[in-house]
Amino acid sequence: MNAMNSGAMTSNVLEVEDLQIVARIAGRDYIAIDNISFSVAEGHARGLVGESGSGKSLTLRAIMGLLPANVRVTSGVIKFQGQDLLAEGGKYRKSVLGTGISMVFQEPSVALNPVMKIGKQITDSLMQHSDLNRKQARERAIDLMDQVGIREASKRVDDFPFQLSGGMKQRVMIAAALACGPELILCDEPTTALDVTIQAQIIELFKKLRSELKVSLLYVTHDIGVVAELCDAISVMYSGRIVEQADDINKVFSHPRHPYTKALLSAIPRIDGPIQRLKGLDNTGPSLTQRSQELAPPMTNVEPGWQIAPFEFADLDALWSASSHE
Amino acid sequence: MTRFLIKRIALLVPVVFGIITATFLLMHATPGDPALTYLGNHPEPAAIAALHHQWGLDKPVTQQYLDFIGGLFTGDLGNSLFYNETIVKLISLKLPPTLMLMIMGSLFGIIFALPLAIWTAIRKDKFIDHLVSLLNAVILGMPIFFIGAMGILFLALKVQIFPVGGYGETNLQHLWSLVLPSLTIGLGLVPLLVRSLRTSVIESLDSEYVAFARSKGLKNRSVWLKYALRNGSISGISILGIQVGYLAGGSLVIENVFGIPGMGSFLMTGILNRDFPVIQGATLTFAMLVVLVYLLTDVSYALLDPRARFK
Repeated sequence: MNAMNSGAMTSNVLEVEDLQIVARIAGRDYIAIDNISFSVAEGHARGLVGESGSGKSLTLRAIMGLLPANVRVTSGVIKFQGQDLLAEGGKYRKSVLGTGISMVFQEPSVALNPVMKIGKQITDSLMQHSDLNRKQARERAIDLMDQVGIREASKRVDDFPFQLSGGMKQRVMIAAALACGPELILCDEPTTALDVTIQAQIIELFKKLRSELKVSLLYVTHDIGVVAELCDAISVMYSGRIVEQADDINKVFSHPRHPYTKALLSAIPRIDGPIQRLKGLDNTGPSLTQRSQELAPPMTNVEPGWQIAPFEFADLDALWSASSHE
Repeated sequence: MTRFLIKRIALLVPVVFGIITATFLLMHATPGDPALTYLGNHPEPAAIAALHHQWGLDKPVTQQYLDFIGGLFTGDLGNSLFYNETIVKLISLKLPPTLMLMIMGSLFGIIFALPLAIWTAIRKDKFIDHLVSLLNAVILGMPIFFIGAMGILFLALKVQIFPVGGYGETNLQHLWSLVLPSLTIGLGLVPLLVRSLRTSVIESLDSEYVAFARSKGLKNRSVWLKYALRNGSISGISILGIQVGYLAGGSLVIENVFGIPGMGSFLMTGILNRDFPVIQGATLTFAMLVVLVYLLTDVSYALLDPRARFK
């Protein structure tokens, strides 16, 4: 799949333009996210990568309207199917949550209600949005559980989350996210809390859902390998800004332009090729309250569908120590 | 669930046995001779000895203990020394008002506390939240008999909706005369209940599972009731259990304020008369009430939280 070639034909499910998010901490405002613009084309998947604290999850929560009380969107537009989600105090967003956009959370063990049967959690939004009765909803829950690869779904539908393994719980959450047939699923590091073999299974499941349901994904992760496997487009975030993004992931992978992207890619251990010392970054990005408060400079086009941020800004300089800067 | 119940009830056996023994020992450790109270000033030593013999107080303590236990198994708690009645008969008359008072009081408490807790949790740090917590502090600072007296002053004397006191004749009158004392008890339960529920509802509202519920597009009502309140009430139920346990003792005061002939006043007269079978029987009944309340608490806890059930 190549977003560049089909770009003219497909429309965007999600468009984020110039998003700025401000957090109020101890009576002071800090810019948490600035100048974020990207889109997710219909049927496509965009990976949003970056280290912890780079603002990827915050971006997802801003789209869903799940920001903590002290954090707010200060400017920018978030459009779903061409309509502004933030307009009229989020009235339109309320109508598309669950049915148009849904979200898979990072830790299934805390994101599922511990005292509610999983079948109910899968279909409670469906019950609200349709006129299914209890029995039909239960049948639908079993179907969905089958679809996401939970064996003996009809037996497990009345289980509680604590009776399931981590991988199974994540499948339950995916089933719940799928229940109302959304066009877009936001994934907030859905495999981070799982062990490696289960991670691979869940990623296979997302691939399957993409090809079978044509659902679009916005996939947040710090694992570039996962993005390579699952996504068409990529945005690399650092310290609340996007430093490099492309609609065609291969371009960034083969010729990364931004020094941060380069460093991130070189930090991936390779199983083939000569054995070499693993490279890493010397520091993580500064914490929110330590961050430079200058506004993000505009990005420039490398070519259409591929943008990079200017290399110079204060937070980035803090990242390298002299020795490892190549 | 059945296994949980069996296990929980089996655990009660040693507790109940301990309570029975403690009740007996306390009775015999406390000073005061019922015969002296019974016979008045300067009684003949022979008369005292005769009474002691009649009541079985001249037997060795171990023998009295065994008789007491044996009596319990046959449902015989002895006779009152002053009323010419069996203790069981007397308790069967005095227990219903107290039981009803506890049940109605708890219900009123829950009915007041639930909406207040969820309301203040949703409007955290807003005006209504501060107002409720202020009122809570005021209520918490007032002794329960004062609240009761205020209730009588305004709702019985000024507005005259409720009787000033007493228990009435018919069942309906019984019920009606219990409303004001129950309201008093319920009001007394509110502050701690609201506080603990509010905290746990706020915790729930901040949790990832509520975020997930919202991401599914669930309406506020569903999120509040089926997620935040349902999960929040799990910790609230233990607080309620402990408080209702205290109520068993608290009924003593309330029954006195409202002149209700329940277990509280029964125990009081028993103590004043040194009527030791009455004290034994009443103490045992109160202890059993508390045990029962804790059992019900555990059962409701298990009903609300499946994790407790399956262990």
